[in-house]
Amino acid sequence: MAAESILLRFTEGAGTADLDAYLRAGGYEAARHALTALPPESVIDIVEQSGLRGKGGAGFPTGRKWKFIPKGAPVKYVVVNGDEAEPCTFKDHLLLESAPHLLLEGIILVAYAVGAGRAYVYVRRECYLGRERLEQAVAAAQERGFLGRDIFGTEFSLEVIVHTGAGAYIAGEETALLESLEGRRAMPRMRPPFPAIAGLYGKPTVINNVETLCHVPAVIRLGPEAYRALGPPALFSVSGHVRRPGVYELPLGTPMRQMIEHAGGLRPGRRFKAAFPGGSSSAILTEAHLDVPMDYEPLQQAGSMLGSASLIVMDDSTCMVRVVARAMDFYKEESCGKCTPCREGTVWVSQVFERILHGQGRMEDLDLLVHISGGMKNGACFCLLGDSVPPSLDASLAHFRHEYEYHIRTGRCDVEERIAQVPAGSHSRDG
Amino acid sequence: MALLQDEAREEIRRLPDRYEHRQSALIPALFVAQREAGYLSPEALREVSDLLDLPLNEVVAVASFYRLFFLEPVGRHLILLCTNLACMLNGSEAIKRHLASRLGIRPGQTTPDGAFTLRESECLASCHLAPMMLVDRERVGPLTPEAADQVLERYRGR
Ligand SMILES: Cc1cc2nc3c(=O)[nH]c(=O)nc-3n(C[C@H](O)[C@H](O)[C@H](O)COP(=O)(O)O)c2cc1C
Ligand code: SF4
Ligand code: FES
Repeated sequence: MAAESILLRFTEGAGTADLDAYLRAGGYEAARHALTALPPESVIDIVEQSGLRGKGGAGFPTGRKWKFIPKGAPVKYVVVNGDEAEPCTFKDHLLLESAPHLLLEGIILVAYAVGAGRAYVYVRRECYLGRERLEQAVAAAQERGFLGRDIFGTEFSLEVIVHTGAGAYIAGEETALLESLEGRRAMPRMRPPFPAIAGLYGKPTVINNVETLCHVPAVIRLGPEAYRALGPPALFSVSGHVRRPGVYELPLGTPMRQMIEHAGGLRPGRRFKAAFPGGSSSAILTEAHLDVPMDYEPLQQAGSMLGSASLIVMDDSTCMVRVVARAMDFYKEESCGKCTPCREGTVWVSQVFERILHGQGRMEDLDLLVHISGGMKNGACFCLLGDSVPPSLDASLAHFRHEYEYHIRTGRCDVEERIAQVPAGSHSRDG
Repeated sequence: MALLQDEAREEIRRLPDRYEHRQSALIPALFVAQREAGYLSPEALREVSDLLDLPLNEVVAVASFYRLFFLEPVGRHLILLCTNLACMLNGSEAIKRHLASRLGIRPGQTTPDGAFTLRESECLASCHLAPMMLVDRERVGPLTPEAADQVLERYRGR
């Protein structure tokens, strides 16, 4: 990792789950500085000037979000989104497992900035190790006075409570997460009111992603200009057909081509075919987009989005129909059922794919897919889960229509047939 | 007679202290009950409802919504085999067939000896290990058929 790493330097080697290891790496100094030398408003200003944007998928400016919290409210909450279940996103798990104190320091900073006395960290159920390490970190930080009453000898007090999910992707959507944290089914709430005004238990609530808060100590330590000069940095989850899949800290705007190189490149004898730049909710890109900077606006201009910065790489051995069918299956499984376009649309789409993959597809099915996709767009769905279906579906129909047609015409897969003729290089992970 | 031991009942009674509203303790409480009773039988659900003083229909609604609450008995070990994109691109389909034939069950089923329940899973945020699975709390990957066999061996007797 590059020398200027601000996040992964805390996860490398043995990591910093141990409090002393975190302190040796300079941990809790940003929080100490802020609590003892900066007024809360200045912390918010610095974060706003840093340009930090939310890493949970929506990319909302973090400082601006904190400014929405009404100053005078007697009770406010911080809620940390550690539900990480967007397909092929795995950066928050790494942070929770290997750098839980970095997250706690970020939580101290946001809680101080908005004046919250209690924070809940909602950790996905399956993240057993991360939850355990975080709980241990909370206990250790409490024992040494980094959490609890009168932190750093100031009048600021903070309690952090680790909460568990129970298996539901929709619980990552912020208002569904609040429902889940209140002990109900994870179904999105109507907005407004926004959580900043009426969130957890109806109180003003800041909700941030794990990675977002892990950036904050570096923002305070370096100052906004130096932080921005680093890229600004971001964590990218790179997976699929690369030789060294993993989490990489790289400047925002690094092109896909370079990111694939960082991840060890493709396997021997394979060619790039396509990629999701921001998890399965982002529109699939092709070879023509390899040099597009992986940043919010450029990816949007390319018809896709950065989302959770999860690059899923597919080489020429990939059947796009199968890939999109699997992505569609995910949305069908995870639809919470609250609104009709998503509940029904995801089931229909999956049925059509089932037909096509079983050699029972009809050419009209492609129009049907376009039609269903159209019915899920433009605000038809209650939340963004439903909106996540059309981008990859539409992109695959636009760029790889011939693969659908081959399946429908012949009942077979032309990619698999070609691959069977030309065995590729080893599929072992030798990177 | 109560299904849950006194200690577990006490643990559940203390959970609401951490929240402004009592109902926030429901999900953690259901996990305590599931840990103790193996699965959330109608009696277990009723006890949680009594201990937290929440309506039974609310408890059932929540327990039935989330995937990791079991309303039926499950095996001693839960295998969650990820078949989402990164794992699929790296061969999870072959691992699924292998596991199913080794265990003699289909995904969603439990072996007759009660040792394993096999489930397909969505992305487990461990795509650097693709293809991978979660056995109870342990992540295993990248999987080969041989590696999968070894894991089964390790867990079978436990
Ligand atoms: C269906 C769905 C799933 C989501 N899952 C997550 C998630 O697992 N983790 C996360 O941080 N944000 C997730 N989000 C985004 C959150 O709603 C929210 O924008 C985010 O937690 C805000 O934090 P940030 O501003 O720091 O990114 C999801 C959104 C949707 C629509
Ligand atoms: S879009 Fe889907 S997940 Fe979102 S509220 Fe509607 S049914 Fe639920
Ligand atoms: S796709 Fe299998 S762990 Fe992410």
